[in-house]
Amino acid sequence: MSKNPPTFAKPKRPNSIATTNACKLCKPLGACLAFKGIEGAVPYLHGSQGCATYMRRYIISHYNEPIDIASSSLSEKHAVYGGGPNLKLGLTNVAAKYRPALIGIATTCLTETIGDDVAMYLRQYAEDTKGSVGLPTFVNVSTPSYSGTHMEGFHAAVREVVAQLSEGGPRGETVNLLPGFVSSADFRLLHEILADFGLGYTLLPDLSETMDGPALLEYEKIQQGGTPLANIRAMGRARATVEFGPTLDSITGGDVLKEKFGIPRHRIGMPIGIRETDVFFRLLEDLSGRPTPEKYAKQRGRLVDAYVDGHKYVFGKRAIVYGEEDLIVGLCSFLTEIGVTPVLCATGGTSGRLKEAVAAVTGDTLAEQPQVFEGMDFFEINEIAETLAPDLVVGHSKGYPLARKLHIPLIRVGFPIHDRVGGQRILHLGYAGAQQLFDTVTNAMIEKKQDDSPVGYFYM
Amino acid sequence: MEAVALKERENQIHVKGEAPFDIVCNKDSLAGAVSQRACVFCGSRVVLYPIADALHLVHGPIGCAVYTWDIRGALSSGPELHRLSFSTDLQERDVIFGGEKKLAAALRELIARHQPKAAFVYSTCIVGIIGDDLEAICKSVEGECGIPVIPVKSEGFKGNKRAGYQAACDALFRLIGTGDTSGISNYSLNILGDFNLAGEIWMIRDYYERMGIQVVANITGDGRVADIRRAHGAALNVVQCSGSTMHLANMMEEKYGIPSIRVSYFGIEDMAEALYDIARFFKDPEMLERTKKIVEEEVKKLATALEPYRKALAGKKAAIYVGGSFKAFSLVKAFRLIDMQVVMVGSQTGTKEDYLELEAITDPGTIIVDDSNPLELTTFLKEKEVDVFVGGVKERPIAYKLGIGFCDHNHERKEALAGFEGMLNFAQEVYSSVMSPVWRFVPRRKSAASPR
Repeated sequence: MSKNPPTFAKPKRPNSIATTNACKLCKPLGACLAFKGIEGAVPYLHGSQGCATYMRRYIISHYNEPIDIASSSLSEKHAVYGGGPNLKLGLTNVAAKYRPALIGIATTCLTETIGDDVAMYLRQYAEDTKGSVGLPTFVNVSTPSYSGTHMEGFHAAVREVVAQLSEGGPRGETVNLLPGFVSSADFRLLHEILADFGLGYTLLPDLSETMDGPALLEYEKIQQGGTPLANIRAMGRARATVEFGPTLDSITGGDVLKEKFGIPRHRIGMPIGIRETDVFFRLLEDLSGRPTPEKYAKQRGRLVDAYVDGHKYVFGKRAIVYGEEDLIVGLCSFLTEIGVTPVLCATGGTSGRLKEAVAAVTGDTLAEQPQVFEGMDFFEINEIAETLAPDLVVGHSKGYPLARKLHIPLIRVGFPIHDRVGGQRILHLGYAGAQQLFDTVTNAMIEKKQDDSPVGYFYM
Repeated sequence: MEAVALKERENQIHVKGEAPFDIVCNKDSLAGAVSQRACVFCGSRVVLYPIADALHLVHGPIGCAVYTWDIRGALSSGPELHRLSFSTDLQERDVIFGGEKKLAAALRELIARHQPKAAFVYSTCIVGIIGDDLEAICKSVEGECGIPVIPVKSEGFKGNKRAGYQAACDALFRLIGTGDTSGISNYSLNILGDFNLAGEIWMIRDYYERMGIQVVANITGDGRVADIRRAHGAALNVVQCSGSTMHLANMMEEKYGIPSIRVSYFGIEDMAEALYDIARFFKDPEMLERTKKIVEEEVKKLATALEPYRKALAGKKAAIYVGGSFKAFSLVKAFRLIDMQVVMVGSQTGTKEDYLELEAITDPGTIIVDDSNPLELTTFLKEKEVDVFVGGVKERPIAYKLGIGFCDHNHERKEALAGFEGMLNFAQEVYSSVMSPVWRFVPRRKSAASPR
């Protein structure tokens, strides 16, 4: 080991015309996932049949859970004359077979381009079905796949659910939590934390049960769980909204609740690692008027102890972090605080806010800021990866070819995890999530060193 | 009890023995029915995908390309360009002002970067609407770059997967006939409709080579542009997965006079029959002898190896739901070979003739279904008390959620199920799911012996 820390070149941002191995998914997929976290809901795509089928397969390969996404199954004549009749027929059929409480309708690039006015079709449908009983509630969201990523789709669906369903009234005691797209295990953890603070709350959406359910005797047409509609309606009467997402750049559910009902909105980062989780817990202390429960103080204490035990194995390691912007920010905060240096943050998204948000969580620890590039794909990441001399890659499973080429470990986080079981059970949030991430990262570093060693020590 | 199917779908389900055979099929999926089908683009993409030295550029917004990135188990013995996902990633401004310029620039960039032997440009829904002239762009880039640049007319909404197969065949047909056919033997064939999942086409090629037949082009498993360009020099087209490539074989017969044989490589019976059919076609007694020897050797090896699986699995019940029905025929026979009973069989895109044949080879009481959906499938699985369900990724969670075994027989699989060895792998696959001890814990099985 030399006395001075090594210096590395900063490669330029590659800039291709074509996208190769995209580091993003399309907008309607995010909307479908958000809708899937509402109790009794069926996601519905107004488009051709392929979109629904492709997205189902993509989502199933991560969760290993059924997800039914209905479709208008538009064909050529509908593309010419408009998709209205098929939309109405589709809604009727879904209502008849699934008996849903809600159908969440997302558009696709096809129906956006032919100019279908879904809101108008829904008004007509309401007219046509006047007096019918047992019809579901409808929420529609515009998600043209040529603008934005799956995360914009996810947040847009959450926003529309709130905008179209929430009602005002006398201010209540509950708190709204809009955590964004996190794992089923993360959703379960958030339930636990909020309950332990004694808070009445609405978690929107909620994929804790709907996308990670038990083995069953009877197949459920719509999986149990999800945010109850009654709670969503009551969100307009909450006393505060907490929203995770430092890079959110368009109007969010939290914004709508603030504008429409005057509910204070607290926007914080995803609680990943100690510092960002501390921020979350401080906010919960304020909102609940209670101190952090002993259980979490202990978790935090054990986590600090673990950080100390493992710090040497990870210090100075260089990480490439990629994927969804808000997740990157949280991961960078965590990695930085354990001594890992993020050297490249790459996303397919284009919020324009990632660099600033990363700097906000790493600035006080890192001597040199990582390179932060938006609108990246995996070809471009590959182009510069080697010159960055990374020790690990952190992100979803589509970074596997990169990690394999570089012969360094891939720390699997986020979505999708298509090459392992249990993607929905990866815990990222809170002290418990940081504990799992820390053990995973540290052990990956130890394992790499052990595997590469000619000696093969089996004692640290 | 509530009806299983939506009224409009009742005539797409038939139970053998309950009524004279009648089934409606080959129609558009019903809106809101949650069909397991994909789209035109999907059909084209799966057929052309394994051509490993071609550039496959998806012209459209990002979704279509990203959902098809390296999702198939189609192996290559050389280049692996097919495993990358290329897209023009159209943005709002491209939709408004047209995507032609971006397409041309992307093509030039990618061709210069990867030096492919040909490029396929796939249309997606939106391209059909904004009216980009793919034909003109492809022609112009072809002139500049000196490789075939072929548009694939695969706008998603212009039909189902079957239309996509046709579009892929049309694209392939433009390549065929552009290569030099010198040196091709009289005993030669093209393999159509095998996609080299888990290396299957290498097994099949080996059989043909042992028979003394030259394989000219793999269409498309482990496929190469140069081979496909000279495919018109082969004496015979051997067509598996006929739903996808029969259209190509027909066009080749019409233009180049190449006859074709429809085969299946799944199961001992069909695999042996395929080799015999081909040997008989060439009317060469020595070849027929060699073929007999191959089949005897392989079957002998297999028979003893299969026996323990047959014993363990005899009497168990199977359900099949696959994309094309030709595969379903083979699966019915393969299950019979290990004494399992098929109680439900269906496909996404079968034709009336296909279903008629299924009705002929299945036992009374078997449910036959076209273009089904999760709610119907779960009802059938439960009603028939199925032990193993054969399908693709979308069918897997349906089976697992109900505590039913599953065998993946789709594009993503990493197990070779074709050929003689494939039959053994298939039996092992089924066995490793059906015989797993985990089922004792699932509600379906433990309801009788539950500790509450």
